[in-house]
Formats: sequence, C-alpha cells, structure tokens
Amino acid sequence: MALKMVKGSIDRMFDKNLQDLVRGIRNHKEDEAKYISQCIDEIKQELKQDNIAVKANAVCKLTYLQMLGYDISWAAFNIIEVMSASKFTFKRIGYLAASQSFHEGTDVIMLTTNQIRKDLSSPSQYDTGVALTGLSCFVTPDLARDLANDIMTLMSHTKPYIRKKAVLIMYKVFLKYPESLRPAFPRLKEKLEDPDPGVQSAAVNVICELARRNPKNYLSLAPLFFKLMTSSTNNWVLIKIIKLFGALTPLEPRLGKKLIEPLTNLIHSTSAMSLLYECVNTVIAVLISLSSGMPNHSASIQLCVQKLRILIEDSDQNLKYLGLLAMSKILKTHPKSVQSHKDLILQCLDDKDESIRLRALDLLYGMVSKKNLMEIVKKLMTHVDKAEGTTYRDELLTKIIDICSQSNYQYITNFEWYISILVELTRLEGTRHGHLIAAQMLDVAIRVKAIRKFAVSQMSALLDSAHLLASSTQRNGICEVLYAAAWICGEFSEHLQEPHHTLEAMLRPKVTTLPGHIQAVYVQNVVKLYANILQQKEQAGEAEGAQAVTQLMVDRLPQFVQSADLEVQERASCILQLVKHIQKLQAKDVPVAEEVSALFAGELNPVAPKAQKKVPVPEGLDLDAWINEPLSDSESEDERPRAVFHEEEQRRPKHRPSEADEEELARRREARKQEQANNPFYIKSSPSPQKRYQDTPGVEHIPVVQIDLSVPLKVPGLPMSDQYVKLEEERRHRQKLEKDKRRKKRKEKEKKGKRRHSSLPTESDEDIAPAQQVDIVTEEMPENALPSDEDDKDPNDPYRALDIDLDKPLADSEKLPVQKHRNAETSKSPEKDVPMVEKKSKKPKKKEKKHKEKERDKEKKREKEKKKSPKHKKKKHKKEKEERTKGKKKSKKQPLGSEEAAGEPVQNGAAEEEPLPPESSYSLLAENSYVKMTCDIRGSVQEDSQVTVAIVLENRSSSILKGMELSVLDSLNARMARPQGSSVHDGVPVPFQLPPGVSNEAQYVFTIQSIVMAQKLKGTLSFIAKNDEGATHEKLDFRLHFTCSSYLTTTPCYSDAFAKLLESGDLSMSSVKVDGIRMSFQNLLAKICFHHHFSVVERVDSCASMYSRSIQGHHICLLVKK
Amino acid sequence: MQFMLLFSRQGKLRLQKWYVPLSDKEKKKITRELVQTVLARKPKMCSFLEWRDLKIVYKRYASLYFCCAIEDQDNELITLEIIHRYVELLDKYFGSVCELDIIFNFEKAYFILDEFLLGGEVQETSKKNVLKAIEQADLLQEKTEYHSKSFIGFKKAY
Repeated sequence: MALKMVKGSIDRMFDKNLQDLVRGIRNHKEDEAKYISQCIDEIKQELKQDNIAVKANAVCKLTYLQMLGYDISWAAFNIIEVMSASKFTFKRIGYLAASQSFHEGTDVIMLTTNQIRKDLSSPSQYDTGVALTGLSCFVTPDLARDLANDIMTLMSHTKPYIRKKAVLIMYKVFLKYPESLRPAFPRLKEKLEDPDPGVQSAAVNVICELARRNPKNYLSLAPLFFKLMTSSTNNWVLIKIIKLFGALTPLEPRLGKKLIEPLTNLIHSTSAMSLLYECVNTVIAVLISLSSGMPNHSASIQLCVQKLRILIEDSDQNLKYLGLLAMSKILKTHPKSVQSHKDLILQCLDDKDESIRLRALDLLYGMVSKKNLMEIVKKLMTHVDKAEGTTYRDELLTKIIDICSQSNYQYITNFEWYISILVELTRLEGTRHGHLIAAQMLDVAIRVKAIRKFAVSQMSALLDSAHLLASSTQRNGICEVLYAAAWICGEFSEHLQEPHHTLEAMLRPKVTTLPGHIQAVYVQNVVKLYANILQQKEQAGEAEGAQAVTQLMVDRLPQFVQSADLEVQERASCILQLVKHIQKLQAKDVPVAEEVSALFAGELNPVAPKAQKKVPVPEGLDLDAWINEPLSDSESEDERPRAVFHEEEQRRPKHRPSEADEEELARRREARKQEQANNPFYIKSSPSPQKRYQDTPGVEHIPVVQIDLSVPLKVPGLPMSDQYVKLEEERRHRQKLEKDKRRKKRKEKEKKGKRRHSSLPTESDEDIAPAQQVDIVTEEMPENALPSDEDDKDPNDPYRALDIDLDKPLADSEKLPVQKHRNAETSKSPEKDVPMVEKKSKKPKKKEKKHKEKERDKEKKREKEKKKSPKHKKKKHKKEKEERTKGKKKSKKQPLGSEEAAGEPVQNGAAEEEPLPPESSYSLLAENSYVKMTCDIRGSVQEDSQVTVAIVLENRSSSILKGMELSVLDSLNARMARPQGSSVHDGVPVPFQLPPGVSNEAQYVFTIQSIVMAQKLKGTLSFIAKNDEGATHEKLDFRLHFTCSSYLTTTPCYSDAFAKLLESGDLSMSSVKVDGIRMSFQNLLAKICFHHHFSVVERVDSCASMYSRSIQGHHICLLVKK
Repeated sequence: MQFMLLFSRQGKLRLQKWYVPLSDKEKKKITRELVQTVLARKPKMCSFLEWRDLKIVYKRYASLYFCCAIEDQDNELITLEIIHRYVELLDKYFGSVCELDIIFNFEKAYFILDEFLLGGEVQETSKKNVLKAIEQADLLQEKTEYHSKSFIGFKKAY
C-alpha cells in the first residue's frame, strides 16, 4: 500500500504540468504536431490513473490543446470525472474543459445533469458559480428542462453573486427550453428591482435580450423601465434599457413621444460615446416609427445629425465609422437633413480606411438625386481609377451600378451617359463583376427603347475592340460584357451602321477562346445579323453582296462546329446547315431574306423575376398529385423539369411566336392592369418618373443631343462620360433659361395685376427633364398575378419559440418540472440558505432491503414515478423490461486487513460516487440548532472494498464549534477505518474547527465485507460549542445509510470488452419488468447512470447496454429495453 | 456577444470563448477566417467590420488581438469597452499583463473572463467585484490545496 502511494507520487513528479506543456510546444516549433501527439499519449496514460489530481492536470492540458485545434472529444468522460471532483481546484478545471469542449452533440452530456444539480446546490457559492458558468456554455434542451427549476430557485439565493449568475443563465435556459419562460418570468421581473445593482443589471440584460426578439410581449414593462432609465446612472444598464425601448417603440408610438425628451437630454449631457451613440440610434428608431406624426421632431433629427457630424469629423476612425453607419439610418427617412452633409461624406471617400470608404459609399447610395447623380458618379469613377486592390474597386463598381439603377433608374436623366459609364467600366481588368455590367447593358438596352441605337453603336465598338477578348480566361471576368454586346448587336441589328463590319468582328477566330456560353450567344446572334444583312442586300438588289455574306458564314461557322462546348457545337452545326441551304437557294436566285428574318420576328419584353411564382394555380389543379403513379425504381424525374426551366431563365428569353399572340397579350395586359388598379393589395411597380414627364404637358421636350459617336468610341480607353456631364450641364442650363424666360413672362403678367414677393426660382429635382424620350418597359407579369408574397419568416429562428405572452396567468400545466417525491414528509427543515438542501431532507428514507436486486428495482420504480412530468404524457404505456445480469467473480474477495488508512479522507475521488438521493449526492444526515450534517458516499476502486463517506458539517449557530469527534458503531459488514491504536469505541476527531456560518468537509473510510447487504450504521457527532457566554458540550446522533448501489463505481466500458464479458458465461442472470414508467428513455438512462453508477456502453434505439463495477471488482451488466 | 477570440500577431489562438453552440469544425473555420481577416487589416483602420450577419469588434493590445462578434443591434462602442475592461482586469490580476501570462495561465484568463461575462452578457460591471470574486475563488483553491496537504501531514502523524 505504502509502496503504491510512493510510486504514485514519484510518477507524478515526472508528469508534465500545463507550463511544461506550453514550454515544450514552444521549444518544438519544427515538429510541433509530433510533440503534441506524444503529449496526448502521455495524457491518455495520466487519465488512466486513479489520482484525481493527475486527471485534472491532464484535463487542463487537454483544454489547452483543444484551443490549439486538437480534438479532445474522446476525453469527455474524463472531463466529467474531473467536474465531479469534490475539490474546487479540480472542479473548476473540469467545468472549464467542459465549457470549452462540450456541445449539444456530446453524448455523455446527459451524465452531467445530476452532477450539475449537486453543484448548484453546493453550500459553497463558488462551486455553484462555476457550475452556472459552465452550464451557460453547454446547456442543451435536456439540461435546460431538467435544471430550469433549480436555476430558478437560485435566482432568489441569498448571495447576489449567485443570483446574478442565475438570472443571466436563465436566458440560455429560455432559448433551449421555451416552456420555462412563463413560469420563471415573474421572478425575473422581480429581479429588476433587486437591491443589488449587479443582479438588477443582469435582469435588465436578460429582459432586454428577450424583448429585442419579441417586443410585443414586454410592452407592459415599459413604465418600469422608464423609471429605471430616469433613475439609473450606470451606463451599461442605461444602454441596455435604451436599446430595449428602441425595440418597443415601433409597437407603441406614444412611448416614443415620451422618450424623445429624456433621450435628447442624455444626448446633450452624456460624455460617454457609447451611450451617446446608443441614444442617437434609438432616437432615430423612435423617429422612424413616429414617421410624420409629430411636427417638432425636426429639432431632434437636427441634433442627431449634428452629433453624428461631430463623430464623423473626429480623428478616431471608430467614431467616424459609427457616425457614418448611424447617418445611413437617418438617411432612409430624412434624406434632406443628411444631404446637406454631402461634402463631409464625399471627404470620407478619400479616407485611408477602406471600411470607412465603404460606409460612405453606402450613404452616397441614398444621397443621389437627379441633380447630383452625374457628379457623384464622376467622383466615384475617379476613385475607380486610383483604387488599389481589386476588392475595393469591385465594390466601387457594384456601388456605381447600384446607385444608377436604383428604383428603376429613377435618377438617370441621360441614358447615353449611363451606357458610356458602363462602357468605361469595361476597361477594368480583373474584375469579378463582368456579368453585372453585362446585365445592366442588356437591361437598359431592352427597357429603354430610345437608347437602342446608341447602345448598339457602343456595343459594336466593344465587339470590335480586342482588349476584352484578351481577358477571356477568367470566369465572370470582364469578357462577360461581350455576352451583352453580342446579344444587343444581334437583336437590335437594324440600328447597326455597319452590320457587315460587326458580323466580321463576331466571326473572328479569336472568339473561340471565349467561354462557351458567350460563344453560344455569338453564334445565335451572328444569324440575326446575317438575316438583317441579307434583307438589306436583297432590298438593294445586291445579289452578289448577299451571296458574299453567305459565303462568309459558310467559311467561318465551322470553327464553332468544332467547339468543345456542346451548346455552341449544336447551335453552330444547326445554323451551318441552314446557311448552306440558303446558299443553295441563293444560287437558284430565290429570294430568301424574308423567310430568314421571319426566324427572329417579334419583340422581346422583359419578364419580372417573380412572374413564374405569381402564376395562380387554377382551381382544381393539384400540383402535388401524381399524374401517373411513380415507377418503382427511384428515378428522380421530378428534379429534371425544374433544372431545365432554371436554365431557360438564365438565358435570355427567346422570341415570342406570332403577331396574333401579341394582340391577345395586349388585351390581357390591359385587363390585368384594370384588375390591379382595383386590387388594393397589389403593389404596383413604381411608375418611372420618365414616363410621367412624357405625359406631363408643359414640360418642354429637349431634343436628343447628338454626339459624334465615332470619335470617342474608335479609341477604346478614352474616358468620355465626362463630356456628358458638361453637355448635361449645358442642357440643364438652357432648360433653366427657357423656364426662367417663361416664368418671367408669367411674372410680368402677374406683376401687372398685383405685386408678389419674388421667390428665388430654385431648381428642384423635379424640374430636370430627361434628355431622351425614355420609356422604361415595365416587367411583364402573368395575368392574375398573386398578391405580393409575404416575407416568409425563417421557421428555424431560435427566438421565435420565445414569442410567448407573458401577461397571461400561469396555468398549472406550465409549471416547471420539479422533482417530486411520492410521499413527501411534512417535516420541513428551517434551512433558508440552501433551498435545494431543504428538498433533500424531505426525501423518504428507504427501508432496509435484504436483497440487492429487489431493492434496486423498487428504487427505480419509485424514481420513475417521481419523474412524471407533464411533458411526457404521451408515453403513457411504456413498458420497461430490465434484464439484469449480475456476475460475481469466482475469486473470493479478500477482507481488507490494513488499518493504516484510518481516519484518512481519501484524496482521490476518482470515479466519484453518488449516493442514492436523486437531487444531489449529498443527503441530509442529521441536523440540530448547532450543526447540520450532509453526507455523500463514494466508492473507490483502487482501495478494494472501501467506500469513502464525505461529511459536510455546517455551523448554523453563532458559536465556534470545536473538538468535534465522530463515533460510529461498526456492524459486521461495515467497519470504519480508525487511526492506529484506537479502539472500536473511540471517536475519530474531525480535523477542523467551525467558526459561525462556515461549512467544511471531512472524509472517512469504511471497509465493506459484502456488497449485497444494505447497511445502516448508528453514529454520534460530539462537539464543544463555544461562544461569549461560555462553552457547552453538545452531541448529535445520526444514521449512516449504505445502499447496495453505493458500493458500485462508475466505470466506462468499451463495447468489445462488454461483449467478451457477456460471452464468457461467468455471469449469472435475472430479469425484471417495471411498469408505469413515463419519462423518456434518454432520461431513464441518465437516471440509472447517476443513481446506480452505471455507464452506457451502447445504445441502439430503445435498448441500451450498461455497465458498472462494484468496489470489489464484480462486473455488472445491465440491459435496458423499452 | 456570440464569441470572443484572443490571438497573437502571428495568428496563434490564445483564448476562445463561444457563447453560441457550434460544432468544432465550424468554430475552427470561423477562427481561421476571422484571424486572417483581422490580421490583414491595416493598423489605422477602424475596429469594426461586418462579417456574415455579425459585426466584429476587435482591438489590438501589444501583440494580442482581442476580437468579439456581436449581433446587428449591439453597440460596438460598449463592446470595445468590454474588451478594454477585460484587459484591465487581466492587467490588475497579473500585474501589467503580457501575452506570456495568458499563455501560461490560460485557465486563469478564462476564470477572469467567466467572472466578467456570462453567456455573452456582462455580469459584473464593477472591476473591484470581479477581482474580489476571483481572489476569493483562488483563495478557496489554495485553501483546499493546503487542506489536502494537511491531510497528508495528518496521516503521517499516525
């Protein structure tokens, strides 16, 4: 024995501690992985030892390795062992490891329930604290359900330290187990007025978080919070409360009105930027919710904007960033007040911090108007030129496009300018947004009819220029614009000035280096062009010219036929055959142009992206019903049509068949418009302002500015959109002059009548007329389009479950699952400090049982009945069959002779054992007005046939307790280990004194003869209670209760070892059936594990094999079936 | 707060605390991504960035980056304050803290954090109270250690 101890401690000397590990890792920079795997092997060895200190050290090292990214899930069980250590030092490490590495998928987590419960009710506040902290990291729905009531009790703990933690962790519990919210809420509300500021702040935190997700349920708390807000001086709390109000006001505008004043006061007075920022944000939120209800809030907005300006002007980048962020929120509702700070925002575009520039860009998006769009975009274009780094440049690019295209191109007055901007953007190399530019080009060319001629000329120039072809290697690169260019030139080929030239450009050999989908568009549009040229030539009577074009096609198309891309190949070979056929006809002098161009007759209109979704399902059509019963072999037929459809959507829509349909469509469209106009729920597409101007009489239409396009476009790379800015200015100037003239005339007329105060004619946005006659074709929708789809809420939102009405009175069925006792005794202990202990004391003491198995089964039955919680009603008729296989080793247990460990509390609580009471392993032993004794019985494996009894003594009097002695009457089966030389009748001293209010733990070892005998030992604690008045000798009797399962130790077992054990045939067997179990199987297993010290070896559905070991080394295998 | 990460200039993780349940794989992915993003930022840049649907608030103290992820509606400035407060706590506890203190006593750094934040929320705004709680818990630890030693002495006496 002594040798074993010495060996153990020498071993420990060579163990690495955490510091050694860290140092080692730092010294093995080159072969870190090897070194660590070596360390992990060592740790595995250490974990096999029974010394808890060694284990804790190993777990601590594992926690460090976990941070470095190593998997430590295999040690989950060891972590639980360390968590259940009785010493705080180890417990702390165990919980830390658990909180770092456990998650919902950790299977052993269910084993922790009772350990945590025990720690929560521990007399030491730091044990409780550490358990709460750990739980906050790995709480699962099961843990939340089982522990909700315990934590709720802790919310009323005497120590604010515990209350505060309990309140905060309740939030995590609510998230995992929403049913607990209603029963716990009254107490949570109470805590808002807790005398301790920490607890109060915790309660504010939790309610604020809850209310942010589901504000409407917390409106009734507004007065209370209002009071808190005006009285609190703690900025941390104030920020939370103000945030909470920000969430509440949209639901209750009256609240907003009331808030404005205290908030503006705070904005004026506070020096804390965080609070100021929160206030400004909330004021903005409030004002948004009030919208136009109040006339006098412009002052508040001004105040906010002013304060934000100060933030933006600050040299601190953080404040600048946040200022811009908040500014963008104001922008949505009060664009005017922000627009006056345009100078500042534009300045921020030059900031060296990219994130600030991006924020400023966001703001610009909302600041554009017809008047300043060109100017802002010009500024952005210069930034594009000097931007280093493609990410920021790409961001600028998308922003420019966003700004210009927003709300249906509302702010663009000159589309020629926009097209040239897009063309300029194509000079960006290495951008990822080629497809974006292409999409814009297509969109504008299709929807703005007046711009087509210009667009086509620009696009043909793009097709002609070589630089785009060069970059064809990148995916989504700038070559994507060729897709748009080719399509536009083909589709609107009638606008081409030199179609033949463009045709040749499109048939260049280099085109074959482009990505397949672009080549495909080339091939298709080459034919459109060809058809157009044919027609022109035939009309002009140039038969030879027509034949020459055909020959060109026949010559060049084969390069596409050889393409590796299927689509290109197919289209090309199809068209090649067609052209060859035409060639034959041409040779016979047959006019073909008409027929060829008939291929592409008709107009294309854009289709709204949601059009397909909005087609109403006709009555009586069930889309989910099978048309034909599916074949037995699982061919996923239903997948295919969707894929095909998707592809079609990606491509540009193809032609509409015939004229007759067009008429029909027009008729239907008219009918639909009528219907939409009458439908109040239909959200109309905002009519484009350009359209409005067309209709408005009086606004003079300025003729399209003619530009000599050939000059800038033949030289790609020359910026030319600037010209438009100048031209536009001139145009506007002229427009203004004319208007002024007219106005003057009018005024002169008026002056003749009566005198009017002369208001300066300000040029407002609305005065600018667009340069082109713009007609934005609205996107097509199917007839009878369904009303706009609702914004679907995410059904997986974890906060949705917490949308619970809290004002309804609590129903009985909602009470939290409390561990109830079948026949709770009426006697109540007066304990206040530790409410959980009180419960334990009510537990009926079990009658002595003679046979181990009988006893166990009864216990189990009792527990199961206890556990009837309303949640598990559905499982009413669950049966449980238990087969218990118990084997005793042939070898006779040897009585332990050594007396040397007498009185020595066992230090290593390895495989710590819990006694029977389900709430906590510490059960009440005895109590009187001086002292309270709780005890915990733990088996130890390495010391054969011994159990350790840990007794916690708590001094409840105002006296000092000293000279404590414990005397226990031994029985035949169980004997207390005593110091050498002391007789059976001598008491064993308790190794400490207890000042008032203090508790401490002493441990005693008992030797057990037979493990199949339950025991009750009588004992007495004698002590001297000393106070100012003197000392008295007192004693307290108790009964120590050993049940058979206190002789078992939780031992993990691998399934292969388990199988061998069963095969060996050494085990005897018996089985029993237990009825009336209503808890979930999972819980049942957890209970068996905890109360009877088993571990789950394997679980398959509703069947589990479990294993445990007695302190004398007997194997016990258990099969539990549902 | 969703999580807090501490990492060195070399990108080595020094501390991680997750207040939302995520799988190890996901955690590793996020950590790698964030460490890269934050380290790539220039020193003069502001301390905030938008990442996925979260906001990242980070601050560099000497060779260590403190990095927190908060939700959309959370206050960035108060998060900076939290980081600063935590640094102050470490500083008080270790006495002008340096990276090595945190490496070698990483469990202490966790304990301090746990006394300061719980479940991602500030649980104690008073520096004094946090330190007091830590000191007392440490004392308890030493006492039990002392206790166990005294038991050994106790045994030898017999």
